[in-house]
Amino acid sequence: MIWQQLLNGLTLGSTYALIALGYTMVYGIIQLINFAHGEIYMIGAFVGLFLVVNTGLNIGVALLGAMAFCMVLGMLVELIAYRPLRGRASRLSGIISAIGVSIFLSTLMVLIAQTNTRRYPDIFNIQTFQVGDLQVSSLQVIILVVATLLMIGLQLLVQKTRVGKAMRACSQDLEAAYLMGINVNRIISFTFAIGSALAAAGGVMVGIYYNAVWPYMGTMAGLKAFAAAILGGIGSIPGAMIGGLTLGVLEILGVAFLSSSYKDAIAFGILILVLIIRPQGIMGQKITKKV
Amino acid sequence: MAVLQLEEITMEFGGLRALDLVDIKVEEQQIYGIIGPNGAGKTTLFNIITGIYLPTGGKVIFKDCLLNKMHPWDVARQGIGRTFQNIRLFNKLSVLDNVRVGSHGVSKSGFFGSMLGLPSSRREEKMIVEKAEHLLELVGLGEKKLEYADNLAYGEQRRLEIARAMALNPSLLLLDEPAAGMNSTEKVELMDLIWKIRNEMQLTIILVEHDMNLVMNICEQIAVLDYGRKIADGPPEVVKNDERVIQSYLGAEA
Amino acid sequence: MDALISQYIDPYYLRILMLIGINIILALGLNLITGVTGQLSMGHAGFMSIGAYTSAILSMQMGSPFFLSLLAGAMVAAFFGFLIGIPTLRLEGDYLAMVTIGFAEIIRVFFLNFEPGGKAVGLSGIPQNTTFVLVWTLVIIIIILNAKLLSSRIGRAFYAIRENEIAAEASGINSTRLKVLAFTAGSFLAGLGGGLYAHYMYFIRPQDFAFMKSIELLNMVVLGGMGSIPGTILGSVILTLLPEMLRIVAEYRLLFYGALLVILMIFRPNGLLGDVRVYDIKKKLQGKKVGLWQSSN
Repeated sequence: MIWQQLLNGLTLGSTYALIALGYTMVYGIIQLINFAHGEIYMIGAFVGLFLVVNTGLNIGVALLGAMAFCMVLGMLVELIAYRPLRGRASRLSGIISAIGVSIFLSTLMVLIAQTNTRRYPDIFNIQTFQVGDLQVSSLQVIILVVATLLMIGLQLLVQKTRVGKAMRACSQDLEAAYLMGINVNRIISFTFAIGSALAAAGGVMVGIYYNAVWPYMGTMAGLKAFAAAILGGIGSIPGAMIGGLTLGVLEILGVAFLSSSYKDAIAFGILILVLIIRPQGIMGQKITKKV
Repeated sequence: MAVLQLEEITMEFGGLRALDLVDIKVEEQQIYGIIGPNGAGKTTLFNIITGIYLPTGGKVIFKDCLLNKMHPWDVARQGIGRTFQNIRLFNKLSVLDNVRVGSHGVSKSGFFGSMLGLPSSRREEKMIVEKAEHLLELVGLGEKKLEYADNLAYGEQRRLEIARAMALNPSLLLLDEPAAGMNSTEKVELMDLIWKIRNEMQLTIILVEHDMNLVMNICEQIAVLDYGRKIADGPPEVVKNDERVIQSYLGAEA
Repeated sequence: MDALISQYIDPYYLRILMLIGINIILALGLNLITGVTGQLSMGHAGFMSIGAYTSAILSMQMGSPFFLSLLAGAMVAAFFGFLIGIPTLRLEGDYLAMVTIGFAEIIRVFFLNFEPGGKAVGLSGIPQNTTFVLVWTLVIIIIILNAKLLSSRIGRAFYAIRENEIAAEASGINSTRLKVLAFTAGSFLAGLGGGLYAHYMYFIRPQDFAFMKSIELLNMVVLGGMGSIPGTILGSVILTLLPEMLRIVAEYRLLFYGALLVILMIFRPNGLLGDVRVYDIKKKLQGKKVGLWQSSN
């Protein structure tokens, strides 16, 4: 029973982790809570759905299509709503602008798709395996594998490539990176693109897993993913992964053993408790005050 | 009797020893200089005295009172004012308000008293304003009291920090590189100001400074730090001619 | 007096004026926390809901007199502000934002499952005791007290914490204590606004106090100009009127609202009134130039 819950929790948690990565990467570089990120995830789910239903594409191709679409969208949002504020406004103005984008995108989706919940067509032929006491659906396996591959890919990108090195430099010190000749705007744009693509992948997979896609799905998922990023220690990429998985598992366990009517409160309750005990999050660095 | 006594102060940051068994004794109404190359631990010492860092070992004794574990605000209320190396003003407050905030530790009006404008609060407020205006005259910023702090020139900002620290009626004033970024005229004015403050208000001043000319001219006692260790102390003439000091610090500049 | 007003003012406009008044009270509370003291709170609606439910339940189920319900709602909200403030206000900026979001969500889920509050259906039949005169009298009193507070020793200490916490502490300011104080006072006003709202709207539901409501209140504080009382009032007025004016664009209303937020932040990143305070005006009258501000954080 507990192993079953653990598996379900890991599946949910891996999608939180995918969204949390976008929050944490953007935050790491420009200290902005990108509240529009949840909407990118939602739009990713819709684009994937559209591609599967209207063009009959293979789901793998649709997933890549949704990721590509959201990459562009993420870069566009950064260009229009955040870049003009950079360097001449307080961080709070950035947050308000992000909230504006979030309201805009979710309303736009309501206008396009109406508020009713849509479902992915039944094309997957989901199978369930029995492993000991465990019920494992092929969908869970696919989600876990895809999420793991994406996270490994991200880790390689950040640690091994030139652009990854530039990203790390920017998150250490944006100004110094600029002085070292790094095209900071391009790196920020790239960060938004990568984060948005991961969120879109999360959106498509959650849409299929829970069989529901609707315009307001991004709000709560976004808040919880942000909570996961904070839980892991915001700015830390491994932190976002661990935070996402932890939150997913604890939420499922909480629902199983406490009460499902408090589902949305459990994640936040855990977050508050962790932050009271460990204010910098699980993987976050303790910042010594610089005087 | 010593006003401030640092006994075997040691500070470690994750295995890195920034200060190693430093002993310093500052007498009443002295102008005491702390010098040393960058990274010698001078500002760290200030942060330990003012309660921002908790030292790994050693004691900070101020007028028979152990400061170690006190919060920064409690240290301030003991009568220790300070300025900062990288200027820390309240940028969006007026120059006058910056100094008025400086009086916080020595005034009392509470939440309801302030909100309801009780007579005691109003009296106190009047005194705070008078004191602030007086201090601004003293540092030569009387004309600029309604400017935003971040509209001031660099040298003016340093002087405003001094005025703000003075609003606390301190008996010990810590100045962290007060002359940094000043031109030579401003530096002369600063020296006059420091003397004036000490003589008029009868307080003790410790300053960290890189400008040797200023330090040698103004300080009565000097301690030299190098890699977290105190390598010499004494009056300027003694320190100036100390073999180790010349080797590790003064010599490098000459 | 109220009878006279309702005779001469169209009910639609009267309703808007009431909502403006209530929003000013709520936003001034948040301004103390976020605008003045610089502690980003994104859960103000949570404290508002505590005030709304407490006062409504007291009025409806305990038969308590209106003023007592109102005061009790504000006090309970302040108490929770105090309680959540102590352990969390030592968290840095955005971590605090997350905790306040989380706390407000927990409150919302609590009321969704709270039997005496009518669960998801909410409470209806709350006596409509909130009158125009009451709301605007309170608005005026709160503005005056707020202005006095902000120009006093305690108010200056709030601003100092926002501007530079380390320097504030070096001036003898106990930043932890004052942050909790600002949070408690701000939550008190949230609870008061919530009580007025409940006794005006006749009916309340948990989703009236969801994340978007907190954001709406935050927008009022930021849009007008952080930390400025006139700014907060202006922000409350504009953002209460805006959705009404956008009714002409019908279902595109929120689309415009979102876009306008972005555009306003691009063109007035520090809010409409920046940090307008009395001495700026004095200086303008003296014909000297006052610099624009840019927040340091």
